[in-house]
Amino acid sequence: MFDMPKFEKIWLSIGVGSLILFLLISGVLGVAMGLNPPDGLENTIEPEQVEAAPPFNELGVKQIGDNEYEVNVLSFIFGFDPKEIVVPQGATVHFKMTSKDVVHGFHIPGTPVNLMLTPGHITEYTHTFNEPGEYLIVCHEYCGIGHEQMYAKFVVE
Amino acid sequence: MDHQHTGLIEKDAHGNVLTDFEFEKEDRNIMLAFIGFAFVSVFLGAVAGFLQMMQRAGWITLPHWLTYYQLLTFHGVALALVFTTFFIMAFLYSGVTKTLGGSMPKITRTLSWIAFFMMAIGTLIAIFLILTNDATVLYTFYTPMRANGWFYVGLALLIVGSWIISIGIIIAYARWRKKNRGKPSPLFAYMTIATIILWLHASLAVAVSVVVLIIPWAFDLVPRINVSLTRTLFWYFGHALVYFWLLPAYIYWYVNIPQIIGGKIFSNSLPRLTFILLILFSVPVGLHHQLMEPGLHSFFKFLQVILTMAVVVPTLITAFSIIATFELAGRSKGGKGLFGWVKKLPWKDARFFAAFMGMLLFIPGGAGGVINTSYQLNQMVHNTWWVTGHFHLTFASSVVLTFFAISYWLVPVLTKRTFTRTMNRLAILQTILWTVGMILLGGVMHFAGLKGAPRRTAYSTYGEHELGITWMSYNQVIAIGAVILFVAILLMLYIWINLLFVTPKMEKTLEYPIGVVNEKANEPPRILERWSVWIGVSIALSVIAYTIPIYQLIVNQDPGSLPFRSW
Repeated sequence: MFDMPKFEKIWLSIGVGSLILFLLISGVLGVAMGLNPPDGLENTIEPEQVEAAPPFNELGVKQIGDNEYEVNVLSFIFGFDPKEIVVPQGATVHFKMTSKDVVHGFHIPGTPVNLMLTPGHITEYTHTFNEPGEYLIVCHEYCGIGHEQMYAKFVVE
Repeated sequence: MDHQHTGLIEKDAHGNVLTDFEFEKEDRNIMLAFIGFAFVSVFLGAVAGFLQMMQRAGWITLPHWLTYYQLLTFHGVALALVFTTFFIMAFLYSGVTKTLGGSMPKITRTLSWIAFFMMAIGTLIAIFLILTNDATVLYTFYTPMRANGWFYVGLALLIVGSWIISIGIIIAYARWRKKNRGKPSPLFAYMTIATIILWLHASLAVAVSVVVLIIPWAFDLVPRINVSLTRTLFWYFGHALVYFWLLPAYIYWYVNIPQIIGGKIFSNSLPRLTFILLILFSVPVGLHHQLMEPGLHSFFKFLQVILTMAVVVPTLITAFSIIATFELAGRSKGGKGLFGWVKKLPWKDARFFAAFMGMLLFIPGGAGGVINTSYQLNQMVHNTWWVTGHFHLTFASSVVLTFFAISYWLVPVLTKRTFTRTMNRLAILQTILWTVGMILLGGVMHFAGLKGAPRRTAYSTYGEHELGITWMSYNQVIAIGAVILFVAILLMLYIWINLLFVTPKMEKTLEYPIGVVNEKANEPPRILERWSVWIGVSIALSVIAYTIPIYQLIVNQDPGSLPFRSW
């Protein structure tokens, strides 16, 4: 009906077949191994008052288990609080972040920590840092005239 | 040239095919108005892009009255919103007029002029506010950064104007259908209607966001705005927007190019099926732009990743059909052996060559796109320069080179001038410069992105951080690409000025190339002409993909955001 020649059917079958395989791998990684992109369905109070209530009344690193940490970060025009985060090698870090003004980004290049910080929402993500080093944190969402000066440091000792 | 093949075809002194068909003056003026506006936009937008790259590489310092982010906002608005919409509407108008009887009804012309003025006025308002630094919010205008309220009014006029000309074209199509009951629509008109359906469906969401949520907030009628909701409505529109740019390029590849290369349209059904699939899988996919953000459930993110990937099917059908058309054309001209037909293609014809280079760059561009929408891999590239590189290969190369190729014959057809051999040679040179420039710019952006360099960021070495310095060396290679592209856009402007005002006027008009369908092709299945069915399926898919995420954003106690002017 669609005038599809034999070679095109082969071509499409290979394409669709590899697509299905690809999506299955991605789906298994997500569902069975919990490898989902950052998430967070919790809302905050009014963004401009977010420091008045948990979890953003206590910013920075808090140990919650054996080499396991909770790191609360607040972003604003044009910076991060805290400016420097230090964790030991092998630390599993549970990030909780938000913005108190416009939308910001939180990216640690060289790691999968790549988050959007939307005012009114709590972004959550967990990552284990096995490679020691001094990492850069950059805001990668345009947030205003000082956007290119918005960065911080992440140290894995 | 082979004389047997051109036996009865009349040609001018520059080798252009001449025909008796010409557009009526009323239609020509409408198309020229839209195309002229598009040309000015693309030129100024490209100049802004060039200046940005010079700043980002650290080669120039901008004066205090002009910031990097103003240039970036201008670049995005002028190219992604203005150039595309104006040029596409002119091209669709031309092909529908040509294939549905040669002239447009009066009502379509009236609506088109109303649309033109609305779109032009809207654009001028938006551009004015960008230049006065009152709307430095980029073309995506994410809240709660708040531009001057009139900026949003300008954008709304641009979108609503595009609906009005779309309705004009739909009216012309509906009249043709009434007079030609039972006949399949000509392929060009069919594809135009598909493109318009996609556009109306998608842009409705962004219009709701702008008119209902943003404008009242921008004029202080409501204090707070739901940031995630405006972002989600933007991306409901935003991914379909890129298909809205791509579909007219596909129309050119499927319908016009076969005639230019002396071939035939391979199938009368597969191209239609392709366009239907692109309508269905253009809207319920926007969340793949928001994979990294909170407030949206992972299940729906993954669902939309699957729907996004479905675009592989129409893309592979297109790749096969286009190459098959090329091969059949090459063989009909005596090309032998496995690849002998390649040599028979008209490489020295800019109308073909420019579009072909666009197709070529679509291969790496499309492969990069699969990475972007991969649920997990996206984390490595989201908001890095990789993404900017991606749409400079797909949109700024594939689509824009195709639009350039269209302009090489459409402008002469409208101005009744010729496309001289000199202009053709310059157009070939333009294509080479554009291709090399985009490979350097878009290609190297991909590598810089893998190293983590952020997109949409002015010159910065991040406090002389090692990584910041590495990124800067990539930026300088990208800036060389930008210099080449700047030369290329100047050359493009020179060619357009010639085709609009200078090259010799003709008695007869250059051919408007519309391919003939291969005589062995079957009639297209009737179901493909039943638009109501496909609009219904498209809406249903979007309802499945979006109802729950949008409902959750509305009911989840979002505190709302006050406006900010952070520039």
